[in-house]
Amino acid sequence: MSNVKNTAISTTATSVSDASLRVLTGNQEDPRTARIRRQNVVAHKSKDRHSTNWVLTIVLAILSLAVFIPLYFTVVTAFKDQQTVGTFALPKVWHGENFVTAWQMTDFGSTALNSLLITVCAVALTLLTNTFVAYAVARNMDKRFFRFLYYFFIGAMFVPFSVLMLPLAKQMGSFHLDNRLGLIILYVVFGLGTNLFIAIAFINSIPFSLEEAARVDGAGTWRIFWQIIFPLMGPINATIAITTTLWAWNDFLMPLIVLTDQANKTIPLAQYVFSTQFSSNYPVAFASYLMAMLPVLIVYIFSQRWVISGVMRGAVKGE
Amino acid sequence: MSQTTQSAGVRLAAPAASNGMNGSGANGAAATRPARKAKVSKFSHRHVDPAFYWMAVPAAILFGILLYWPFLQGVGYSFTNSQGYGKADFIGFRNYGALFQDERVGHAYLFTFLISIAITVCVNLIALFLAVALNSHIAFKNGFRAIFFIPYTLAVLVIGYVFRYLFMTAIPEMGQAMHIGWLSQSMITSESMAWFPIVFLAVWQGVAYSTLLYLAGLQTIDESVYEAASIDGSNAWQTFWKITFPLIGPFLTINLVLTMKNAMNTFDQVVALTQGGPNSSTETVTYLIFNNGLTGGEFAYQTANAVIFFLVLVVIAAIQLGISARTDRSK
Repeated sequence: MSNVKNTAISTTATSVSDASLRVLTGNQEDPRTARIRRQNVVAHKSKDRHSTNWVLTIVLAILSLAVFIPLYFTVVTAFKDQQTVGTFALPKVWHGENFVTAWQMTDFGSTALNSLLITVCAVALTLLTNTFVAYAVARNMDKRFFRFLYYFFIGAMFVPFSVLMLPLAKQMGSFHLDNRLGLIILYVVFGLGTNLFIAIAFINSIPFSLEEAARVDGAGTWRIFWQIIFPLMGPINATIAITTTLWAWNDFLMPLIVLTDQANKTIPLAQYVFSTQFSSNYPVAFASYLMAMLPVLIVYIFSQRWVISGVMRGAVKGE
Repeated sequence: MSQTTQSAGVRLAAPAASNGMNGSGANGAAATRPARKAKVSKFSHRHVDPAFYWMAVPAAILFGILLYWPFLQGVGYSFTNSQGYGKADFIGFRNYGALFQDERVGHAYLFTFLISIAITVCVNLIALFLAVALNSHIAFKNGFRAIFFIPYTLAVLVIGYVFRYLFMTAIPEMGQAMHIGWLSQSMITSESMAWFPIVFLAVWQGVAYSTLLYLAGLQTIDESVYEAASIDGSNAWQTFWKITFPLIGPFLTINLVLTMKNAMNTFDQVVALTQGGPNSSTETVTYLIFNNGLTGGEFAYQTANAVIFFLVLVVIAAIQLGISARTDRSK
């Protein structure tokens, strides 16, 4: 049992050792008991495959209401007027004009554009830079300097943002980076620790033979990276892209302390300003919340399988 | 920094050094063994292509400037009376002395710690249940998985405003209509109950990612283990405690560490729901650092608070990892 547990941790080894385990046990077993066991397993499997646990399905359906009720409430409230607001009932008259008001009050067009610009740039730059940092560190871990860099980058995962936010806010101001560019740079740099953590395990699973062959053919390290390693990192790049997107798009604290010019504000920041200033008109407020949530929700609906598998890949690195 | 949440790794220790280029792979296998000291000192002397330095060093410099330098600056500021601008004098440990006598700070630590425990326990219990349920033979498996992950994709602040209105107005109105006394009052404006919406929102949002982590853990368990158990007549309860639970041990550890870390840094929830009120009863440490440090004229004082907070978090993480290492060994 401890064996299984160990392989569960180091995912790169899992598939190999599982297969070899099965081969080993299969060979050592008495043929007769093996046959009986196999029959049992087959019978068991076919029974299981047909029986869906409906009780559990219903329990999960009820629990999923916990996710849906707040969303449902957001939608119905966004379409009501100030007199009928506050209940879970469907609106009698659907007030679409709330969205027009909310759009104008939160300046949604330009804030959404800011969020989009920051997120897209942050994700693209993260993918184009963090990957080769991870490659350099992963391939030279036997050198003292790169081993040090590994801990240098990973160590920052344990420094909470609240600890450095006050001096950082001051510093970004003095660098004249208290704007969108500064925010993009921060996402690219601050994500490095976690992205490295995920990517290095993956790079370690890429065999050296490919690089060696390319090197013999005269390719330099940069060329090897862009033409061989980077394309092979596809799955882990997807993971990094997804987590960075969700982070940069939904983040509130970093834009709050870094962005000083109101014209640069992102969607969460706009919601914050809006809610502290005009919180009394709830239908319009909810229309703006809904507009803030919709872009992610729509993208998520169409890509949920990809998103979930990507995030899961980050959890069991390097699969 | 919420990204740290998103990328949990199951292996906390450094990945084994695995450079096959010149056959130093043995290094890696030995990294965690007792013989470690002797091995690590044998760093390889092979020549490294300068391109690798060009890849890593600029990033390291930027990282130092934007992350470690502000951190050290913060430590420096904490010994001054700086307001964040203008002149500042060195005042030694006076900020730290004052911090330990500050009741508001003490309350923020206590509050943060209590809600963190509540959040960590609730998130992990619910997530573990959901993960096991989602991993068993149910209908619409992928659909449910997608649904339970939705909260993770939303901005905490925005959905937090929705919850604020729910707890402020909609739920009390419902309570009045149904004549349930304790539901009829807004929890947000009650000093003794305002913690609940914060914990609720944090759990509502945090369960999604933890569930996924547990699910990833469950999928590393070979199906044949369960087949063997069911042939031996193990019931669902026994199977969970004797097989599933021990086998996802590493995922439990990482989940506990991550949820605790996120909960200790609760900020967006407080901004959206209570703004620290009523009567600063729901101020978390991060909220206090932000609020008083950036707008309240306590810049240096709150950087000192941040330094202490950092030490507290390191101690908590060390305790958690120490406990899990010990339970791993005793198994």
